[in-house]
Amino acid sequence: MASLGLYNYWLVIALMMIGFYIVITSPNLVKKIIGLNIFQASVFVLYITMGKIIGGSAPILSDQIAVYSNPLPHVLILTAIVVGVATTAVGLSLVVRIYAAYGTMEEDEIEKIEAQEEVPT
Amino acid sequence: MIEALIDEAILGLMLVIAIGVLYWRNLFAAAMLTSIYSLLAAALFVVMDAVDVAFTEAAVGAGISIILTLGTLALTCGEQKPRPVFVLGPFLLVLLTGAVLIYGTLDMPDYGDALAPIHSHVAPRYLEESRGEVGPPNVVTSVLASYRGYDTLGETVVIFTAGIGVFALLGHGRRRGKVVAKEEV
Amino acid sequence: MQHHTVLHVVAKILLPLILLFALYVQFHGDFGPGGGFQAGVIFAVGLILYGLIYGVDILKEAIPSRVLRVLMASGVLLYAGVGVLSILMGGQYLDYGVLAHDPLHGQHWGIFFVELGVGITVASVMTSLFYAFTS
Repeated sequence: MASLGLYNYWLVIALMMIGFYIVITSPNLVKKIIGLNIFQASVFVLYITMGKIIGGSAPILSDQIAVYSNPLPHVLILTAIVVGVATTAVGLSLVVRIYAAYGTMEEDEIEKIEAQEEVPT
Repeated sequence: MIEALIDEAILGLMLVIAIGVLYWRNLFAAAMLTSIYSLLAAALFVVMDAVDVAFTEAAVGAGISIILTLGTLALTCGEQKPRPVFVLGPFLLVLLTGAVLIYGTLDMPDYGDALAPIHSHVAPRYLEESRGEVGPPNVVTSVLASYRGYDTLGETVVIFTAGIGVFALLGHGRRRGKVVAKEEV
Repeated sequence: MQHHTVLHVVAKILLPLILLFALYVQFHGDFGPGGGFQAGVIFAVGLILYGLIYGVDILKEAIPSRVLRVLMASGVLLYAGVGVLSILMGGQYLDYGVLAHDPLHGQHWGIFFVELGVGITVASVMTSLFYAFTS
């Protein structure tokens, strides 16, 4: 079992970094939010990984079971998932408004339009 | 051992899908892949005994967030401008951050270790006492609603606030329709 | 989606089952996996499925968005109200033990209403997000 060791954490970190890379390199705002979602889901996996006990069972009490996985990360992440989708919705609605105002959702094009608007005044 | 293998296989699939999201320029496809990513994460949560979390992730990640993303794309546009996927500066930054995080994990206990510090405080008390103090067999429910009631109240208010925020930004649709109609007149 | 007969028929069979399952998850959450957050999301998913297949306008006739706005607030108020009630009954805020003669029964009632409040808020917020993004 020891062979598995920290391997799980490293894979989760690789997933997080892919999400992070999408957030910082993609100028498209919807793609940025998708990247953020991937980052978020990876953080959830990291938390749940820490709560797992090998040989344990789901934390629903029963007389036949002696070892349970840690319920605390489950509680934290359970609420975080629903809050996460609510905040994602706010982000997406901001994107919709930005698109309505500028006709684009590419970050650099928005900056270009803003620069052009500033020149005449 | 089989559990660990399933675990690694699902994480590997998630890695493939994340790279797919990175490369795909069509945002509809990227949104679909994110949905699959969430579903795989839900499967992983089942393997890791977090049944409640898996439940939520499957409904939220694979159900609701995809609908919101597709709704946004329907209101905006579905194609991303062609751009190089590989940019050196950000790539080095991400590599550095990843290296620092991996250095951080070196001190951590092994996966699934029952003696890890996280299992020595608070959690044993919840598992041993909650039956007598709160009642429900599902420990997650008793921690969520009773031991950490304030926390959950806060989260509920956050969801409520996010709903209000989206209303403020987008309106109810009905009102926006009227505005468009007026402009057409 | 107006002309897909198969989708219409399948949705009509599935919808009551999804809503019933959501209620099961809501009220059986103490004993098995489940609770207010999951139930709210599943309930909303059922309504969204209906809206996607039969059209948002038909869904809005069944559940107008002003009703959802009231429900959003009333879920949070129900949660906070349970806390206030436990102060009035002589305990501390959100200390459910005092809600009934037996502390365990009190806890049971408290968790029941708190989860119900969470479920109502989550279901109505998710459905109204769908309204906001599809019209």
